[in-house]
Amino acid sequence: MEGISHLKHTPLHALHLSLGARMVPFAGYEMPVQYLEGVLKEHLHTRAAAGLFDVSHMGQIIIRPKSGRIEDAALALEKLVPVDVLGLAEGRQRYGLFTNAEGGILDDLMITNRRDHLFLVVNAACKDADFEHLKNGLGGTCEVTMLDDRALIALQGPRAEPVLCELWADVAGMRFMDVAEADLHDVACIISRSGYTGEDGFEISIPVGSAADVTQRLLEHPDVMPVGLGARDSLRLEAGLCLYGNDIDTGTTPVEAALEWAIQKSRRAGGERAGGFPGADRILAEFTDGTSRRRVGLRPDGRAPVRGGAKLFVDAEGKAPAGAVTSGGFGPSVDGPIAMGYVDAAHTENGTKLFAEVRGKYLPVTVSALPFVKQTYKR
Amino acid sequence: MLKFTEEHEWLKIEGDVATVGITEHAAGQLGDLVFVELPETGASFSKGDSAATVESVKAASDVYCPLDGEIIEINQAIVDDPALVNSDPQGAAWFFKLKLADPSAANALLDEAAYKELVA
Repeated sequence: MEGISHLKHTPLHALHLSLGARMVPFAGYEMPVQYLEGVLKEHLHTRAAAGLFDVSHMGQIIIRPKSGRIEDAALALEKLVPVDVLGLAEGRQRYGLFTNAEGGILDDLMITNRRDHLFLVVNAACKDADFEHLKNGLGGTCEVTMLDDRALIALQGPRAEPVLCELWADVAGMRFMDVAEADLHDVACIISRSGYTGEDGFEISIPVGSAADVTQRLLEHPDVMPVGLGARDSLRLEAGLCLYGNDIDTGTTPVEAALEWAIQKSRRAGGERAGGFPGADRILAEFTDGTSRRRVGLRPDGRAPVRGGAKLFVDAEGKAPAGAVTSGGFGPSVDGPIAMGYVDAAHTENGTKLFAEVRGKYLPVTVSALPFVKQTYKR
Repeated sequence: MLKFTEEHEWLKIEGDVATVGITEHAAGQLGDLVFVELPETGASFSKGDSAATVESVKAASDVYCPLDGEIIEINQAIVDDPALVNSDPQGAAWFFKLKLADPSAANALLDEAAYKELVA
């Protein structure tokens, strides 16, 4: 097991300990995996009321165009992501991917147009590499800054809006993927209506010095419960969302990962700014030619969870390989095991029966539509 | 006689039969259990073999056979309701009854005081 002494702490570390969190190593940080209530209750509370997550380990990066024109930063970033950044309106956020020359995925991220700069949120394990990639890839056109003076929390679930409205009423006017600046308890925060649980909710970037105080005050609300990485993982899996390093990595392309929706028309073949990002030849060809394998949802027929790494077969004897599970576990809201993974193109249709190898047995699973729970975003 | 293993199983030994479960400490560490897989009655195991599997929301863990023996009874109640292992691990949520090949081998296991010291 990874030692705990050299691990980094988020600005909320002391707060986690005071709440009785069980801490584990994650992406170089010591992070709460669960609090006293446990993964199951934290998960269900997020779906029923509001869960509060510390996601300060993630990287917050600013790209500021030297020209002062946001269009220049957008066009520079479009050289690294297959995403329509130029068309991203002020105060709007969009999911994106860094790709490599082979069409693989280097990281997934959120991109926000903040009028005079772009604001990025990237995965903790990738953030140093992403920062170097940006500095090298944007040339001399932009200043790239890693923000180490801000915490990031997520407030997710159906009660997130009413809770936040008590501090800032205008939050009710925000749509999914809107980003605004507002004072919460007199602290200037950047609030986006987004998250990674499948629920309506918000991510809030807070200056480090005030992060524990603002978070503590949110936790005092009776609808809000602290939620750790354990439930964050089961929530995102139910929502059919990829975890970088599990479901997507440098060996998977956006089309294999069923992430075509993250590549807008303007960047696809025939679009006004088609291609021009790493791996474009392969990725754009896959839109027309398809891929030999694809990410799908999987529902084990029984009660036994099927975990990431389990091999999938066409037959119940484990003779004809069909793919592999990349994430799997128990979905508390669906009250049963759920998984996702990659299967050969011939087996991607919903309803296809496959078999997963678990402890030497071949358990029947059914290819199923994602997400496993209905998303409740306020579009 | 109550005995314990370093792998966090408890054994209640009556004659040559041991009722086996996982300790309160283990149940707490595992978190909310959602699935239990028990051995079949009649199966024989050696000490240290994986005899059962428990799964939490997050991960699967083995439950080891604490001594050599044969499974003579399993507790279907924890298969039907895995949460019972969290709520009553050292009572109603026993896993299986083991007919011991050599009851005297239990003497080498930890007693309650030694186990409490181990997990303190």
